[in-house]
Amino acid sequence: MSNKLAVKWGIIIAILLGSLYLIYPNYKWYSKPLAERETLDTLGERPKRMLNLGLDLRGGSSLLLELEVAKLSGKEPLNEAMARAIEIIRNRIDQYGVAETSITKQGDKWIMVQLPGVSNPQRAEELIGKTAMLEFRIVKNDTTEAQKAFEKLEATDKPFDDDGNLIPSIAQLVPAGMQIMRNKDGGYSLVTDTASVTGADLENARVVMMGENGYPEVSFTFNAEGAKKFGQLTGANIGKQLAIVLDNTIQSAPVVQSRITKDGRISGTFSAEEARALAIVLKAGALPAPVKVIEKKTIGPTLGEDSIKSGLSASFYALVLILIFMAIYYKAAGVIADIALLLNFVFTVAIMSYFSATLTLPGIAGMILSLAMAIDANVLIIERMREEKLLGKPVYEIINLGYDKAWSAIFDSNITTIIVGACLLQFGTGPVKGFAVTLIIGLVVSLFTAVFVTRAIYELILTSNTKEISL
Amino acid sequence: MMNLFPKTHIDFLKYRKVYFSLFGAILVLGVICFFVKGFNMGIDFTGGTMVQVQFNAPVDMAQVRSALTATGANSELQSYGDNTFSVSEKSTEQEVGVVQARIEKALDTLKVPYTVQQTNSVGPAVGESMTERALWAILLSLVFIIIYVAFRFSNILWGVSGVVALFHDLFVMAVAFSLTGREIDLVVVAAFLTVAGFSINDTIVIFDRMRENIRLHPKMSFAELINTSINETLSRTVITTLTVLFALLILYFFGGEVINSFAFAMLIGCISGVYSTIALTTPLVYTWSHGQFNDGSKPANAQNVEAFVKEQNNRNYKRNRKNKRR
Repeated sequence: MSNKLAVKWGIIIAILLGSLYLIYPNYKWYSKPLAERETLDTLGERPKRMLNLGLDLRGGSSLLLELEVAKLSGKEPLNEAMARAIEIIRNRIDQYGVAETSITKQGDKWIMVQLPGVSNPQRAEELIGKTAMLEFRIVKNDTTEAQKAFEKLEATDKPFDDDGNLIPSIAQLVPAGMQIMRNKDGGYSLVTDTASVTGADLENARVVMMGENGYPEVSFTFNAEGAKKFGQLTGANIGKQLAIVLDNTIQSAPVVQSRITKDGRISGTFSAEEARALAIVLKAGALPAPVKVIEKKTIGPTLGEDSIKSGLSASFYALVLILIFMAIYYKAAGVIADIALLLNFVFTVAIMSYFSATLTLPGIAGMILSLAMAIDANVLIIERMREEKLLGKPVYEIINLGYDKAWSAIFDSNITTIIVGACLLQFGTGPVKGFAVTLIIGLVVSLFTAVFVTRAIYELILTSNTKEISL
Repeated sequence: MMNLFPKTHIDFLKYRKVYFSLFGAILVLGVICFFVKGFNMGIDFTGGTMVQVQFNAPVDMAQVRSALTATGANSELQSYGDNTFSVSEKSTEQEVGVVQARIEKALDTLKVPYTVQQTNSVGPAVGESMTERALWAILLSLVFIIIYVAFRFSNILWGVSGVVALFHDLFVMAVAFSLTGREIDLVVVAAFLTVAGFSINDTIVIFDRMRENIRLHPKMSFAELINTSINETLSRTVITTLTVLFALLILYFFGGEVINSFAFAMLIGCISGVYSTIALTTPLVYTWSHGQFNDGSKPANAQNVEAFVKEQNNRNYKRNRKNKRR
């Protein structure tokens, strides 16, 4: 064996061993029973570098959220607000205890939340959907203007338009610097239209199971800055009503008895679950603006199982059929192509595991396409070798010319397909992206296996002074 | 040597008028079909709600339908067998989840317990964005392919011809979906893009042969050159296409619901892809570089070919000199 060939085989064997090492955790993990995997999952003991199954294959829910940009304060740029919103949503979901949630930004103002294994995302949705904008405002209900506005409000069928704004005929009755808000228990209040103290000034929040009137309450603590501001607000408004506003609804409006600085309480008719959720969202912080669910998908676990079963078994049989066909039609050369094909599969899975990629049904389709391209590369090479063989050339020349002449076609066709894949990656979303990722990885791998590896095999055969290769 | 295709000498260019007329006919009929039958766009694109449920006891399709119509909504019902039904409704409802709740309420009136297997609610904004993104992806791929092919084969006409064939394949697939009324969802879009990649692959293989043959036989007429190239690559084309079709047929019949529409799209696209490479791409290259339709036997646009060969030789000469200097 020449030195050059030895190096080639060294590289191939090293890559193969590396790939098997990367694939092993997958095998170990997925051979465990489902219940054990779930417990390990919640303990966070899932191996990091592993192939993940997409929601379409294992069941679960995904929510696409839109940040209502129009309601942003305008103080921070959009991408910062988005980053903060994602961070806050992650904090909230983590408290809720779902393993392996993925929260990603999509486009300018969309956030994709994926909850594997959750087939009814309602609770998660409520947790995410709360803006948790906590504000403290002073109430001024006792003026005649306020009473007039309330009367008109009660008499109107639909006082708010679709965006939640007051209709103009009522809005003109509201005095300057004031605004009308809904009370949680019904009716309306007139409050100041700016809030000097907000949830952003909170340091901690927790549930008090037995509150003053028997219902659970949420107690909170301000940070130093918040305590200072809250002290000023309460000190200047002793004897007035202070509205505790959560997401534009007044939770309660106690009368300020004295100057308060550090602690406070939100009372109301909460259930234990509501109070817990409120404490979670208050602690995690308020979203920069409300979010709206604009897409919701759920896939039950049984459906995921069925689709993976039929999809995988069909792909498996298709692959076996191709392997057999190649071996029959191209004999020894076909078998060599088959080896390259299997290696292509192994390397692709290894690379995907390394990047912890997510395998979805379209992803499997992408893999199939890249395998088909790998076969095409080998067919091109073997057909070229046949042509040279018909000209009666010696075996080493047949092989060299076969590869040299087929290379430009293989290279160009792979690159054009990678171009298509890259466009998909850039513009596609979710499933289309999954397809593009496996396609591109598979194509790059196939350039290696279908050309480099198969040639190394031929060269190895030639070292034993072979006079003919069956094609 | 087992050989399905011994050396062939088919004159593929001879029938180019037939191919072009056929292409014209497909275009006209296709556009008519688009207007008459339209497309069955999935809710991923239109926005709407889909709920798939499995009842625990046998339920009649008519029963389910009447329960749904009682709500007054315009829902589509589909049966998957095994007491499994999918209800879908296209809507521009802003609020996601409202329609789902209504459908489930309607199903509750049947008083047969069921499990929800799958739901999908898409707001109209998402659908619009999906359509826009998919179209952009296709358009950009086409542009980049033209640029790449023009660069690799030193001729923009080749790139444009390849893309015309690509357009043909996507168009034929679109017609197939319009005719059969199959739903176009995201997976089908992935199939469209796969076919785009595959169809250009076929084209590249033949272009590559043409590029090589121009170098090998500078005196050969352009028509002969094209025919030789197609004939020489024919066995590769057939073998590759057959293996892919094998795989797709298996996926089509046994791959399950989701993969089925993907496989259907790919089957149509692959067959169209092979046809269009032979019947559209190369005849177009021939016609465009020739300037006229008839007169296939004479050396085609000799200047064009000569200039190309000269340029290639020049390039090789320069490269050799460079290598020697090293």
